[in-house]
Amino acid sequence: MERDKNFILGVYEDEDVLMDAVVKIRKSGVKIHEVYSPFPVHGLDEVLGYRRSRLPIAAFMFGLLGTSLALIMQFYMMKFDWPMIIGGKDHAAVPSFIPVTFEMTVLLAAFGMVGVFLITSNLKPWSQPRIFDIRITDDKHVIAIDLAANAALGEEKISDVLKNAYASEVNKKSFV
Amino acid sequence: MAHSTTQYKLDQKFEFTAGLKKTIFTVLGIGAVILIIGMIAAALGGHDHANGDEAGHAFHWYHRVFANLWINNVYFTGIAIIGVFFFAIQYAAQAGWSAGLIRIFLSFGYWLPFAAVLMIVTFFLFNHDLFHWTHSSLFDKGGAEYDKIIDGKGGYFYWPLENGSFPIFFIFRMVAFFAIWGFFFNKLRTLSYEEDIQGGTGYYYTLRKWSAIFLVFFAVSSSVSAWDWVLSIDTHWFSTMFGWYVFASWFVAGLAAFTLVTVFLKERGYLEMVNENHIHDLGKFVFAFSIFWTYIWFSQFLLIYYANIPEETFYFVERLQSDVYSPFVFVNLVLNFFLPFLVLMTRDAKRHAIFLKVVCSLIILGHWFDFFLMVQPGTLGQNGGFGLIEFGMLLVFGSAVAFVVLSNLSKRNLIAKNHPLLEESYHHHI
Repeated sequence: MERDKNFILGVYEDEDVLMDAVVKIRKSGVKIHEVYSPFPVHGLDEVLGYRRSRLPIAAFMFGLLGTSLALIMQFYMMKFDWPMIIGGKDHAAVPSFIPVTFEMTVLLAAFGMVGVFLITSNLKPWSQPRIFDIRITDDKHVIAIDLAANAALGEEKISDVLKNAYASEVNKKSFV
Repeated sequence: MAHSTTQYKLDQKFEFTAGLKKTIFTVLGIGAVILIIGMIAAALGGHDHANGDEAGHAFHWYHRVFANLWINNVYFTGIAIIGVFFFAIQYAAQAGWSAGLIRIFLSFGYWLPFAAVLMIVTFFLFNHDLFHWTHSSLFDKGGAEYDKIIDGKGGYFYWPLENGSFPIFFIFRMVAFFAIWGFFFNKLRTLSYEEDIQGGTGYYYTLRKWSAIFLVFFAVSSSVSAWDWVLSIDTHWFSTMFGWYVFASWFVAGLAAFTLVTVFLKERGYLEMVNENHIHDLGKFVFAFSIFWTYIWFSQFLLIYYANIPEETFYFVERLQSDVYSPFVFVNLVLNFFLPFLVLMTRDAKRHAIFLKVVCSLIILGHWFDFFLMVQPGTLGQNGGFGLIEFGMLLVFGSAVAFVVLSNLSKRNLIAKNHPLLEESYHHHI
């Protein structure tokens, strides 16, 4: 069976039930593809066993890039390209570079973080999102389980696990 | 998981053990010995320093002791009042996360009465050696030492009396601030302890009301006390950032002290309901307000540097172009900005006691250096520095504050056990 094509969906109304269900399903050995919910559920990423996001590292790197670019730019402009005497100070008056450096750091860290987030979350403007269940944009939480990833268990077994884990509905969804 | 209601032991008291008391007294003793050795060394070797300063007074070694008294008075007064301030903030903001920690913040307020006495006595005994503006000859029109600028500012110290007489307005503010701070501390403390016995949500709302009133008063008085106690040392100089600058320094030092006490109590098995999430939040406070302090410090510096007006720049020239003080300007920035910024940046560092212990201890030392740099150049000129006297007196004051805070913390229940947001704080999760 091909991966990432055929899914079994458990539908939930309440986020507390959902959290318990995730714990229960993972304990029974079923691999969860993803959980979709209309609002952020606090602690869900932890019970799903996700690794912590490495986004802060990207932010730090972009911030560092901003710092260096701002300093290089100002030193180049003020010291080498067009030296000017302002207020009787050195051409490279470092304290007066700090505000610009700070702003560039914040700007690049923020832009870099947003960019990295959009790319890693597959939120490109031209990407076609897969809708597992239209109600996840309204009032339902959905646990999606990839059939191919749990081939050893089979459809019946997975449905049973979901039903035992308090799912109010169990549906099938396939993508071409 | 969040569903189960956890029962914690709420009736717990911090036990101020004999061993701990002994440790604190040992540090105090070591500090006193270092201080005395430093004083003897300064008294014996100080003759070559006896060159006159700008006011025409000869420098004596004991001036350095007075200046240090003032540094430590202002610094630890700040940490004490920040305890009350941070306690009040929790109520005014209706913060839930900190419900298990508020007694720690509150207990720092117990230093206030000692601080008041020390401060007022130090001022009355040594005002001429600390504050240039206390010399009446400066206000004597036609006299050789007449200072027009200081005379223009005289009303701030002497009103309604004549300039150069008894600084009644200044003294009034000092006494009033301590009295009103003490009143609010007492009010908040009493209400919080009564809540332990009576329960109910009424106390919470009353505490919130008193906290809000205190915060309004503190917003003004923290700035004014900074002008009075620190800025007026450099009487000719002025900075509109100064109130915030001193407040920021106090606040970071206070937050570092709360974090240290919390971590220390956790290590001794108290406060089971305080987990790494709460510690993380304290770490974030220290991290964020270290940056805030740097922002204020730099804003003050940059404007003066850029405008380059002599009557403003001399404050920084006095510090940056001095062999005695210029290294400490950089020590100050490294300890109070680069160290907390780089070390506490990651999530893990804020959640683990060992990082916080190292960084918070160094921040407490670092902000002492900040006050050292505010006070010493204006009082001692080039005769100051960081030596045995400074180190010894810091140890004496630090251990005395630790003793007062911990012994009062041990007298009451460690947790505000009927705080209505306690349950929320158990489930705090970030």
